[in-house]
Amino acid sequence: MATNLSEPAAPEVQRESLFSQLRRGFAGNLRQYGMMIALAALILFFQIRTDGLFLQPRNVTSLLVQNGYVLILAIGMVMVIILGHIDLSVGSVCAFVGASVAMVMKVTGLPWPFAIVLGLVIGALVGAWQGYWVAFVGIPAFIVTLAGMMLFRGLDLMILNAESVPVPEDFQKIANGYLPNFGPYTNYHNPTLILAAIAIAVLVWMELRRRNEIRKHGLPVQPLVAMVVKLVLVSAIIIVFALLLASYKGIPVVGLILFALVILYSFITQRTVFGRHIYATGGNRNAAGLTGVNTRKVDFLVMLNNSVLAAVAGMVFTAYLNAANPKDGQNFELDAIASVFIGGAAVSGGVGTVVGSMVGGLVMGVLNLGLANMSVDSNWIQIIKGLVLLGAVAFDVVSKKQGKPSFIGAIQRAFTKKPVAEKAESK
Amino acid sequence: MTDTILSMRSITKEFPGVVALSDVNLEVERGEIHSICGENGAGKSTLMKVLSGVHPHGTYHGQIYFDGKEVTFRNIRESEHAGIAIIHQELALIPELTITENLFLGNEVAHHGGVIDWLEATVKAKEILAHVGLDEDPNIQIKNIGVGKQQLVEIAKALAKDVKLLILDEPTAALNDRDSDHLLGLLKGLQARGITCIMISHKLNEIERISDSITIIRDGHTIETLDVSEGGVDEDRIIRGMVGRDLSHRYPEHEPKIGAPLLEIRDWTVAHPSDTQRMVVKGASLTINAGEIVGLAGLMGAGRTEFARSVFGQSWGQKVSGSAYLHGKELTLHSVKDAIASGLAYVTEDRKMLGLNLLDTVRASISSAGISRISRNGVVDENEEINAATRYHRALRIKTPTIEEGVSRLSGGNQQKVVLAKWMFTEPEVLILDEPTRGIDVGAKYEIYEIINQLADQGKGCLVISSELPELLGICDRIYTLSAGVITADVPREAADQELLMRYMTQRKAD
Repeated sequence: MATNLSEPAAPEVQRESLFSQLRRGFAGNLRQYGMMIALAALILFFQIRTDGLFLQPRNVTSLLVQNGYVLILAIGMVMVIILGHIDLSVGSVCAFVGASVAMVMKVTGLPWPFAIVLGLVIGALVGAWQGYWVAFVGIPAFIVTLAGMMLFRGLDLMILNAESVPVPEDFQKIANGYLPNFGPYTNYHNPTLILAAIAIAVLVWMELRRRNEIRKHGLPVQPLVAMVVKLVLVSAIIIVFALLLASYKGIPVVGLILFALVILYSFITQRTVFGRHIYATGGNRNAAGLTGVNTRKVDFLVMLNNSVLAAVAGMVFTAYLNAANPKDGQNFELDAIASVFIGGAAVSGGVGTVVGSMVGGLVMGVLNLGLANMSVDSNWIQIIKGLVLLGAVAFDVVSKKQGKPSFIGAIQRAFTKKPVAEKAESK
Repeated sequence: MTDTILSMRSITKEFPGVVALSDVNLEVERGEIHSICGENGAGKSTLMKVLSGVHPHGTYHGQIYFDGKEVTFRNIRESEHAGIAIIHQELALIPELTITENLFLGNEVAHHGGVIDWLEATVKAKEILAHVGLDEDPNIQIKNIGVGKQQLVEIAKALAKDVKLLILDEPTAALNDRDSDHLLGLLKGLQARGITCIMISHKLNEIERISDSITIIRDGHTIETLDVSEGGVDEDRIIRGMVGRDLSHRYPEHEPKIGAPLLEIRDWTVAHPSDTQRMVVKGASLTINAGEIVGLAGLMGAGRTEFARSVFGQSWGQKVSGSAYLHGKELTLHSVKDAIASGLAYVTEDRKMLGLNLLDTVRASISSAGISRISRNGVVDENEEINAATRYHRALRIKTPTIEEGVSRLSGGNQQKVVLAKWMFTEPEVLILDEPTRGIDVGAKYEIYEIINQLADQGKGCLVISSELPELLGICDRIYTLSAGVITADVPREAADQELLMRYMTQRKAD
């Protein structure tokens, strides 16, 4: 061989400080961890400022119930945004589906399980309509969904005719219901504790399995300390959260729906071929097409899916208010979009995760609730939320410009005054 | 007595973890054409960015003297003001604006109050265009003229700013031979007008042809400066300096084992996607045998890429007629998916635009085209994926510490290997390789050639599209020539030379 390329170096084994091990272990996901840390700091802040009121079981439960629909919307929205699109119609679709379902139940007395199916079907039809224009006619999603925003708002108003239509009590349980308790009296809600235990067990098992697999292939694994720290942290969060919920009425039904959707969509985006196709199309549409990805089909399905999730959110919201109202769902799309961007997605597409968006949505939710707890004026809450959105994205943009998009790196830089080195252009 | 216009002394530029330039010196005489050569990543572009203020004063060590004074540029504006213009590989023109608007962008012909006098601007534009030998209506939009002419507009734009030193980064990379010749001729003309040029290029024959002196950079160090007028400077001499070793064979030896016909394409005709009356490929037929490396030569605009992409699942244009047979069996090629399933692979010409998702890891990039091979019921088996990626990481010697590295952080040659790995993973029978070595350094090129040879030895058929005739002559067993969408000849390697190929490539057959 006339070339001087060397074999890839084996991962070096060397002693390093605990801090640098942790740093290495968490590298790459720092944006997401950064947001999680910010969320934790925010919760801590409110906990102190409200003299321990913030983390009252009742407050935590209402955090989940009040934000459930936005978080559900954010799940669909992040996929749309990864693809490089946007969906402005979800608020109107929420209202339209909620109104349709409420009206059908009122007029025909359709049992609620069928009503839910009906709502999902309506959502799918709406999504197919919008997906068609985006994917097969090639109209920018911004325009299609802006049109959809007006269109479905109009239909919603037409159906409700400026009246509020109540929904049956069973239907209301989607948002306001809780799992029935069983088992010995423990002062806590038993099913919630059991679910938490299962969640932790599955988490630990998956992490260990993954670690083993990576090691089996002779690839460098995360330092053990980092993994343990991560697992302990996550488990602690789950336990605290579960105990809080369990000492009130247990996990609300909307929490279960959300939990299931997060797991399902995390799996779809991270582990399936379809998920890969979403990231591939969002990252480089032309390259994806030449790699065998049917990018139109991906566009269509993701837009369709988003409207189905909007239908779910719409029904949850209708159930939460016990009735469908004409003005339901206004600005929901903006909350969902803000959650996704706070959660680390990129405007240019190709980047974003479901879990990140949930963190982003919770940041917004915690701000809402915490500031309300502190009796801050709602106008101020709006202003603060706007600044947080701007700040979160600005932080990301700036740290990317400086080099590694690293949260801890930024802190380190702040403490060690070295000349700012530029990043080699990664062209 | 020499007159030095530019002197860069002991320039050292560090990025976190990398020393991009280490104690680099560059002396440029007034009025000369000075070329800078080096492998990709050697530091050529970084040096030019230091010079033009993209990397501002204070972020590097060393001194720059320009036109007799020490200069400390903090941004491009300051260097432009001093008379230095840099023309990047990626053109900085705005496609929707006209030539005039582009020419005076940031330098508008304005009267008091900032009102632009468009008539005066247009007249001036016409004048400036004449200097670069471009006879175009100044009111035409940039997107409507070819890359070659766009390049000229860029130079005209620099001239409009009264430039003393013109820096061109890979000016001919995207040009065909005729446009390249014109451009190089223009540089000579500018030289006569006293403008100094620094040119960065991978095309060594051009460098040898027009340079007065050549500075070679390797791994961030200045290796030597060659004075062309002294003689003895040829391509091999430059390559020796660039790679620090003798590349007596730029192309690996290969004994072809050619088998039965593998892919046959008959009478393939493709229309332009937006102008269906215009046939871009007309009745093209070709055969690729097992174990054979077949070249497809053609000038830019001849329809090479369009032909390949049309065959590859109609990913370009509108197919009018034609059929394709693999092992004598007719193929259905309605989509890229069909093409991959049929055993075709198309290694795209532009890795950043068409070949890779730059946000992806090496692992996900390698598995992306053959993802169905490692998934069951639509769920990706990441175990298998890691396995496959690791296998290619080693086999193709992709230079990256782990397969979890982002592809955007790899060098051009290694990115190209990732693209190759991605297609090898689909286990195709025929690979179409479009400009497989464009913009990558000499050492990596050699490795790519070896990989192509290995693929042929495994009985696969390879169709190589390249603008560099020596490359086709160096690695192909047989070469088709394409001229204006028509296949004009099928030349065996033994019979082929550059002049013959060029004759066929420019031959026009009556429609």
